[in-house]
Amino acid sequence: SNSSLESNLEGLAGVLEADLPNYKSKILRILCTVARLLPEKLTVYTTLVGLLNARNYNFGGEFVEAMIRQLKECLKVNMYNEAVHLVRFLSDLVNCHVIAAPSMVAMFENFVSVIQEEDVPQVRCDWYMFAFLSSLPWVGKELYEKKDAEMDRLLSQTESYLKRRQKIHVPMLQVWTADKPHPQEEYLDCLWSQIQKLKKDRWQERHILRPYLAFDSILCEALQHNLPPFTPPPHTEDSVYPMPRVIFRMFDYTDDPEGPVMPGSHSVERFVIEENLHCIIKSHWKERKTCAAQLLSYPGNNKIPLNYHIVEVIFAELFQLPSPPHIEVMYTTLLIELCKLQPGSLPQVLAQATEMLYMRLDTMNTTCVDRFINWFSHHLSNFQFRWSWEDWSDCLTQDLEKPKPKFVREVLEKCMRLSYHQRIIDIVPASFSVLSPANPVCIYKYGDESNRSLPGYTVALCLTIAIKNKASNDEIFSILKDVPNPNQDDDDDEGFTFNPLKIEVFVQTLLHLAAKSFSHSFSALAKFHEVFKTLAESDEGKLHVLRVVYEVWKNHPQMIAVLVDKMIRTQIVDCAAVANWIFSSELAHDFTRFYIWEILHSTIRKMNKHVLKIHKELEETKARLARQHKRRDSDDDDRSSDREDGPLEEQIERLQEKVESAQSEQKNLFLVIFQRFIMLLTEHLVRCETGGIDVFTPWYKSCIERLQQIFLQHHQIIQQYMVTLENLLFTAELDHHILAVFQQFCALQA
Amino acid sequence: QGTRYDQERLLRKSCTLYVGNLSFYTTEEQIHELFGKSGDIKKIIMGLDKVKKTACGFCFVEYYARGDAENAMRYINGTRLDDRIIRTDWDAGFKEGRQYGRGRSGGQVRDEYRQDYDAGRGGYGKTVQ
Repeated sequence: SNSSLESNLEGLAGVLEADLPNYKSKILRILCTVARLLPEKLTVYTTLVGLLNARNYNFGGEFVEAMIRQLKECLKVNMYNEAVHLVRFLSDLVNCHVIAAPSMVAMFENFVSVIQEEDVPQVRCDWYMFAFLSSLPWVGKELYEKKDAEMDRLLSQTESYLKRRQKIHVPMLQVWTADKPHPQEEYLDCLWSQIQKLKKDRWQERHILRPYLAFDSILCEALQHNLPPFTPPPHTEDSVYPMPRVIFRMFDYTDDPEGPVMPGSHSVERFVIEENLHCIIKSHWKERKTCAAQLLSYPGNNKIPLNYHIVEVIFAELFQLPSPPHIEVMYTTLLIELCKLQPGSLPQVLAQATEMLYMRLDTMNTTCVDRFINWFSHHLSNFQFRWSWEDWSDCLTQDLEKPKPKFVREVLEKCMRLSYHQRIIDIVPASFSVLSPANPVCIYKYGDESNRSLPGYTVALCLTIAIKNKASNDEIFSILKDVPNPNQDDDDDEGFTFNPLKIEVFVQTLLHLAAKSFSHSFSALAKFHEVFKTLAESDEGKLHVLRVVYEVWKNHPQMIAVLVDKMIRTQIVDCAAVANWIFSSELAHDFTRFYIWEILHSTIRKMNKHVLKIHKELEETKARLARQHKRRDSDDDDRSSDREDGPLEEQIERLQEKVESAQSEQKNLFLVIFQRFIMLLTEHLVRCETGGIDVFTPWYKSCIERLQQIFLQHHQIIQQYMVTLENLLFTAELDHHILAVFQQFCALQA
Repeated sequence: QGTRYDQERLLRKSCTLYVGNLSFYTTEEQIHELFGKSGDIKKIIMGLDKVKKTACGFCFVEYYARGDAENAMRYINGTRLDDRIIRTDWDAGFKEGRQYGRGRSGGQVRDEYRQDYDAGRGGYGKTVQ
């Protein structure tokens, strides 16, 4: 309650004032940290600082200086989100009579002047603009009252900047491609609309809790400090600014007709609520129970439809492009905790949200649909898979490739992975059987006597017996020697050339024998690693191994994924082989299935982690050498020689080569992927053009968004290849549909 | 004292989790799907009845990265698998032999003395049976 907060603040101010002589630097440090890390409690702590300043003017001055130092540090190390909190804290200190309004306006004038810098990325100007605008809900009124002419000038400069800035990147970040029922606005545009409305309302803002109002008589007696002139640190090559965002909205005042009214999309209240809820998640994401409790105890509970705001903010993060701020599974368990704490109301809001998301699947970005699938299936698995599937019977009459039936199929498949096949058959109505996942059984082509005419059948039988009798790799090799090569007439002596039949017989038989569980299959891969390496030595060999794995396990995508993972890690296949396999014609039928893209992105991530790992090893070895030099330099012993450097220097050279080779492999992987996308998409576009049919099929939408997903999910790595991509692949001759994706990506950090 | 310090050090660096209260019917595949949500899994070792060599309701999940195991502790611990609330705990690391239950009948100790009926864990506790 407010009165206890006030007495707490007064008490705390008294205690701290007494402690200042002995603990001043500690108190300064704690307050600075709180300003940076607890933005949702901003006004509580600015009030505290205000009270301290009123009692001890010098302390107030030192705190402001410390804050400015901290702000400069944050900007130097690219901590832009924390920097925004600091700016907001400083601006609220104007309300607490700690900082003089004109000096705050001067700081904002310096911020806004960044838009006149030449040759700087737009995202740099965007940040300074955001830092200015997003502080106005707190301090707009006070600044306007003291310096209206200057503020008007700033706002008009803002308006012209916002009009001229480019927004090519926006479509790539939107969750839905449709503007109805809620447009997906670019974040600065939305904030600008909100500030304009705030100005029209004469800066009256009623949502923010302002404890300092109760202390007005004390605070207005305090002497204020002037902010030192603040020059934004210049743009450097190492500067990395925050990514642009799109504001996610799924609810409005019509969605909760019985409860309190939801503030409009361009109201400043909406902005403040969303900011605060995002900040609470940022502060407590590691502790889901605390996070849920903190969200639900957000002040103003009875004046706003808090459950709706919370659900909207959580989905905003879950669906955020390029990536959610936190690991996806956190949001699932956070929502479960919220349901536990509000069992009478939150589950209904969540069900309503799910229904709304389902209704709008046709225009939802594919990556976001992936996340929706993962969330919904995991959520259901915690609630006995209870859902009113019949409500979604409309999807049964649609083409299976359309978003709604596709979504249901993928959800059911994921639900099965978390339980078992029969469970899924039991939980859905009989009419949904067409969408039910396949029974995840292994397909062994040499299994039946009726297949005995297949080439390799007898060898398969032989292999089966041998493996069951714990044969060694050598014994397997000698059995396989007898397998003819359908590809060539002349035999290679060693038999080491690419022989698809050998691969087929061996891999089919082994996987069939090891089909019982993942562990069985992993043991099999380990035991016969030598055979695999030999058979899959060539690029065609690797591709064929993957093909056979698919043929055996096409009913069990989860098994395919773990086998591919293991084969990469044990170097039976390489990442490029997996990429080529995914784009191969054999997989065309499964190309739009979720598991394919999980495999591809997992493969890319492994490649990225590999490069980082070797790079780290190299840096560590270099550091060891440097330490060795330092020790020698500080040694007075002249007899120590450079001989000691030898082994380390050799190691560094070897690691350097390894790093270069890994980076080259990584670049090649991305080039292969982009190349294949371009080929596939171009084929489709040409076919549509010559046939006079609409380009925009469900397949096309899926494919072009998968291309976007590659860019977005690995944007940091891909930034390194921009020149190559521009010159080699994404040239001006490319169809404009495909080129647009590349241009949107370029615009993201431009 | 020394071994306790060592034990604590191992736990602080561990990438392995002990997972308890599984149903006897929960498969490695289900565990992989759920625990895969916090990161790449290096290995799963199913807990087995020492006599029957069948699953007896626990397992070890080892991740490549400690951070992924931490996220499992944060977000998978205390949620449901096969409709049972499962519990995860830091483990000092798998050693041969630890995959077996240590109850007298071959399963886990907790299933020896359990008084309640649990359909997913062989019914009544062994002493009751």
